[in-house]
Amino acid sequence: MDAARWIYPSPRGLYVEPAGLFIDPPGAVDRAVITHGHSDHARPGHAHALATPATLAIMRARLGGGFAGTTQALAYGEAIRIGGVDLRLVPAGHILGSAQVVLEHAGQRVVVSGDYKRVADPTCAPFEPVGCDIFVTEATFGLPVFRHPDPLGEVRRLLDSAALFAERCHVVGVYALGKCQRLIALLRQAGYDRPVYLHGALQALTDLYVGEGIALGDVRPVADAPRGDLMGAIVLAPPSALADRWSRRLPDPLSALASGWMRVKQRAKQRGVELPLVISDHADWHELTRTFADVGAAEIWVTHGREEALVHHAATHGLRARALALVGYEDEGS
Amino acid sequence: MIAFASLLERLIFSPARQTKLRLMTEYFRATADPDRGYALAALTDGLDFAHAKPAAIRALVESRVDPALFAWSYDFVGDLAETAALIWPEPASPRAPPPRLSEVVERLRLAGRSEVPALLGAWLDTLDATGRWALIKLISGGLRVGASARLAKTAVAALGGEDVAKIDEVWHGLAPPYASLFAWLCGAGDAPRIDRRTAFLPMMLAHPLDDGELDTLDPKDFRAEWKWDGIRIQLVSFDGERRLFSRTGEDVGPAFPDLLAAAPEGCVIDGELLVRTGDAIGSFNDLQQRLNRKRPPASLVAALPAMLRVYDILFEGAEDLRPLPFAERRGRLERWHAARLGNAAIDLSPLVAFADWEALARHSAEARPRAAEGLMLKRADSPYLAGRPKGHWYKWKRAARSVDAVMMYAQRGHGRRSSFYSDFTFGCWRVGPDGAALVPVGKAYFGFSDADLARLDKFVRGHTVNRFGPVREVEPSLVCELEFDSVHRSPRHKSGVALRFPRIARIRWDKPAAEADRLDALVAMIDG
Repeated sequence: MDAARWIYPSPRGLYVEPAGLFIDPPGAVDRAVITHGHSDHARPGHAHALATPATLAIMRARLGGGFAGTTQALAYGEAIRIGGVDLRLVPAGHILGSAQVVLEHAGQRVVVSGDYKRVADPTCAPFEPVGCDIFVTEATFGLPVFRHPDPLGEVRRLLDSAALFAERCHVVGVYALGKCQRLIALLRQAGYDRPVYLHGALQALTDLYVGEGIALGDVRPVADAPRGDLMGAIVLAPPSALADRWSRRLPDPLSALASGWMRVKQRAKQRGVELPLVISDHADWHELTRTFADVGAAEIWVTHGREEALVHHAATHGLRARALALVGYEDEGS
Repeated sequence: MIAFASLLERLIFSPARQTKLRLMTEYFRATADPDRGYALAALTDGLDFAHAKPAAIRALVESRVDPALFAWSYDFVGDLAETAALIWPEPASPRAPPPRLSEVVERLRLAGRSEVPALLGAWLDTLDATGRWALIKLISGGLRVGASARLAKTAVAALGGEDVAKIDEVWHGLAPPYASLFAWLCGAGDAPRIDRRTAFLPMMLAHPLDDGELDTLDPKDFRAEWKWDGIRIQLVSFDGERRLFSRTGEDVGPAFPDLLAAAPEGCVIDGELLVRTGDAIGSFNDLQQRLNRKRPPASLVAALPAMLRVYDILFEGAEDLRPLPFAERRGRLERWHAARLGNAAIDLSPLVAFADWEALARHSAEARPRAAEGLMLKRADSPYLAGRPKGHWYKWKRAARSVDAVMMYAQRGHGRRSSFYSDFTFGCWRVGPDGAALVPVGKAYFGFSDADLARLDKFVRGHTVNRFGPVREVEPSLVCELEFDSVHRSPRHKSGVALRFPRIARIRWDKPAAEADRLDALVAMIDG
């Protein structure tokens, strides 16, 4: 049986028919598998939700205890069978708890990557390539202009700027889940041991990461900090807060933004960013295309992002490729 | 090249003028000749490489990268230099040392067309993404890093604690890499001496009149004259050397040999360059035909002879008249002109008499000659000052014309608007035997706020009915009020008309498309 007959895109999301389940459905369904905790993938209201323990914990923290009728935690590597489909979750390297969904049915293996990256991240398990017949990939940075530099190098640029403009408070816009905690971990990796200050909206998920055993050092709420302590300090905030009244109480704030989009200078300028940091939790073009080779799939399906170029690339490398045109997913941090 | 790239990158991300000035002054202080001189030339748009045009850059990139991937990337990024810089493959082996800025400039100047791609490719292989971006921006002209030519000159002036006006005075007699200028400002030489006979003098420019500003001005202090719809020109003529400089100091003389031949000796004159058709003044479109021909054929010169309508006199012989008040210069200009009445290529822009602003407004509305686009108000006591000094000259443009048109197509914008749908084609209704159909009448891509831009972009994405490459056809349902200066006949456009300076005045979210204007309304506005 052709795989496209038992797994296919539908208006309610990517559907696995024999198992009756949707992967990351944009609206409430009966049975959902959630790849990771970002809100455009992890929606509330499903009758039954299956995910890694960390993803379920993140959903609970963001959506409250009753976010789904029943939940089922599946650890990385643990296998279950639903309606004749063998299913397991393997690390995707995107954020804490993020998983690829490995599905086997009728002698075919399909891997749904969810969002992923290949570069090392101290806050989550690394991406694990799984050989398959069909690889369903994201395409957030699916253009060859996207090549993420070494994240430690980017963090060093932030530290250099904080040393040079020691009187200015460095406010870095970060996504609340994943980017925030990864940036703190990277700062620690770069040897920065001063306190890192957090906007209130970032506190709960950072506490959750620490509770999951990820060491982030001295992290404090910015609201409690004396103004004098914030000169030359690093403050993390949601991107929307950068241009907001909130940042005005900080001493001479210098706005930075950590995102893969910062690779495009015109984008950074549009957003009024003075210090763009190219740090992304998504695979860049080279990671995406390298992954196609690593998993050895003959067919590539592209879910969301800039799919045309990836489909073209796959086709010119002898792979069958199609854009699924799934709706409901957002671009990272934009 | 590395220091220059880093300067450009810091400039583009620094919103504050003072920060930009400091960055540039520091760069000029820390960088040696001739690199800093070429950087100054780049920042003031003074570099031009004949064989390194956007098409050549594109071809070079496409020799290393799949053209389809490049096209998608360019559509997304919206800036050729940046797309090329980002997509350029990183070399596998260790990089060779990057070139100095001066090496790039000097070698590109001497290189033939066929040598450019190899040179450029080799340099790009030595640079990181920011270096590549700076190199491509440098050679393709127009840095657009948020620092004007004037700001760059101000930063240079600050090196020696001088006023920027002192730089302006000598600027057009100098050439890159400006060694004598830097030597002077760094205290290692005297101010550069320039050849007055062929040097452009910085022009005096006007401010647009703001709403209500007239009420604060006393009509008695001002003189009025028509603002002619040609191009502003400075004629410099000494010892048989003659130049026609545009507002920016570009020498356009070779395109107008007839005017050069007729130019009087021993003067610097400020005026408007126009062309004649028979006894009348030609339209701006007529002038455009002459401007487009660097070496015009005799037939074109005969059909559209050039003339100078004079506004002001800056030098008469060796005498610098610029410090005199306008009223006094005007007297000198009239006497100068009266002595040359036989010269058909020169005429005098008359003053417009008026008692008060209302009388002037009425006169302007009722008696404006066809070739005038509005009025100039000049203080009677103003000296001739370089640049756009406040409170001296004002331009009072005639009310723009307008039409309600329907959005038909949209394309992504560039620069600050990259990735937004911000370039729109609008149409009006043409009624034919088969009913009414929209015909495109023009493109407009400014006149709206960033908030409007976001809404327009959203509208385009939500109402796309068709795609032609980067162009989206939208459902014809959104009406915008377009303002423009004038309408001309145009055989090149399907509608037969072309708008001059169209802009979006208002977005009519409320107005049904069927109620937009008909093409007839535009045809009725054609004026020459």
